[in-house]
Amino acid sequence: MKVLKLVSKNATRHLLRTFLTILGLAIAVMAFAVIRTSIDAWYAGANASSPNRLVVTNNISLVFPLPLAYKEKIEQLDGVTGISWAQWFGGTYVDPKNFFAQFAIDGESYLALYPEYIIPAVQKETFLKERNAVIVGRALADRFGWSVGDPIRLIGTIYPGEWDFVIRGIYTGKEETTDEAQWFMRYEYLDERMKAETPGRAGQVGSFIVQIADPSKAAQMSATIDSIFVNSLAETKTQTEEAFQLSFVAMASSIVTGLRIVSFMVIGIILLVLANTMAMTARERVSEYAVMKTLGFRPIHILGLIFGESLVIAGIGGLLGILVTFPISNLLSIVIKDFFPVFKLEIITLAIGMIASITVGIVADIFPALKAVKTPIVEGLRIVD
Amino acid sequence: MSKSFVQLHNVNKSYWRDTLEIPVLHNINLDVPEGEFVALMGPSGSGKTTLLNLIAGIDRPSSGEVSVNGESVSRLSESALARWRSRNIGFVFQFYNLMPVLNAFENVELPLLLTKLNRRERRRQVETALSIVGLADRMKHYPNQLSGGQEQRVAIARAVVTDPRLILADEPTGDLDKQSAEEVMELLSRLNKEFNKTIIVVTHDPRAAEKAHIQRHLDKGELNHL
Repeated sequence: MKVLKLVSKNATRHLLRTFLTILGLAIAVMAFAVIRTSIDAWYAGANASSPNRLVVTNNISLVFPLPLAYKEKIEQLDGVTGISWAQWFGGTYVDPKNFFAQFAIDGESYLALYPEYIIPAVQKETFLKERNAVIVGRALADRFGWSVGDPIRLIGTIYPGEWDFVIRGIYTGKEETTDEAQWFMRYEYLDERMKAETPGRAGQVGSFIVQIADPSKAAQMSATIDSIFVNSLAETKTQTEEAFQLSFVAMASSIVTGLRIVSFMVIGIILLVLANTMAMTARERVSEYAVMKTLGFRPIHILGLIFGESLVIAGIGGLLGILVTFPISNLLSIVIKDFFPVFKLEIITLAIGMIASITVGIVADIFPALKAVKTPIVEGLRIVD
Repeated sequence: MSKSFVQLHNVNKSYWRDTLEIPVLHNINLDVPEGEFVALMGPSGSGKTTLLNLIAGIDRPSSGEVSVNGESVSRLSESALARWRSRNIGFVFQFYNLMPVLNAFENVELPLLLTKLNRRERRRQVETALSIVGLADRMKHYPNQLSGGQEQRVAIARAVVTDPRLILADEPTGDLDKQSAEEVMELLSRLNKEFNKTIIVVTHDPRAAEKAHIQRHLDKGELNHL
């Protein structure tokens, strides 16, 4: 047997109780994995960032612009191998609910700094030639059913008025973590209209992206850039791309912290559910363990039976939870893709969920198992089922 | 007179309830030769089961010595005692105490899992034990599919399957009807006669005790000859 057979027979003795415990475990593991994936989604931007890219923004706030003229000063620094810039556009497509990230970029230099956006050469060429051309990510194109050549009109909010574009390219991500839900328009298109309509807003950018030769000198380069513009009308704040992305996460740090606490609470709940089941089980079987001890079974055998049963339940619950997590996270990634373009279930998350389930299976049994082993045979035999 | 197989020398046993000492057995001396069939009788609370538990090594005396086949049971460690029980003792309980999730075959096989026998050898021994108790045709039956008498016979098969020299039975007929009780005592008698098993039975049923060669009476923790 046979021990395994006895373990499995014990585990299925109270089918409903075992089923409900497994179900509880599965739901908890699934919830744990989905919460952790949600937390990962907050950090997706930071994780996808490049160590050799710095982001220069206005020192007061991201919403304040920088003069485009800063470009010349920055690119002359030793160690700078490339520079580009971007401006948040913030237009509305059909309905304000249709939110997606829109950036006005300098096409040539920006795409050179972001090799992770894969664009067919022909599409890129067209984008660089036409002022109102746009490149969108594959996920964004799929979301609205856009194809290359489609005319799109956005209603400007930061830059008022109707803005007409033509989709000239669809990019895909080099990595799974690359954000494929962005919209890139030509900066020249925006700047020319600003010159004509509100000249005071022309020649302004939201951020510079600076490529450096040596990532280990990022801090030094950041300090150098910021020192150039000290006491100017628009002082700069330079940081690594990762730090820049993390500053967005920091804005929602209480939410992320809350999610982390909930994920650990979920583990605590699994522990209580399984501990309760195993305590009931061990209490019901005190006389059986006493009989086994009378027959010559030693404490190690009794421990094996109790922990074995718990591990079987925890293992099945964990596996079931992992299986359920796949469709749930896929569904969730579709529902929240507007806010979390990268919602990827990581193997490590599933592994942690499984390990947590198994660990809970062991921890939940410590007290019932010790009690079963320590109960004298004579005392155990007095209990009649 | 033949050599003692089970020997109790000046055995005392008390239980403690908080600070209150409850004496159960007083200065018990008992010699049981190998191959004997002994009935321990007495009213409830007289200490019969406690005495049987001391011989089985599932409880320890407060003082005195219990030895079986020359082995001082009371001096063995818990782990050694467990091994000793698996090799030397067959125990039959009043309420059969079969594992409800195992069928008759698996219940009888349980003590053999502690041995080095392979699967085929275990099967042979289980089938032999179940044949002895007349339940070879009930191997696949679970406890809840058997009558009380049949359950007790499976429990006896479990007790003899490792071929121990000493079988201890605690009120084996206490939960059975008259006919089943008769069959169980007849079976124990047969094990004693045909297989030379030393058997000690605790009972308060005089008719069951008649099957034994020796009857001893416990009263208020003291052992007397009948």
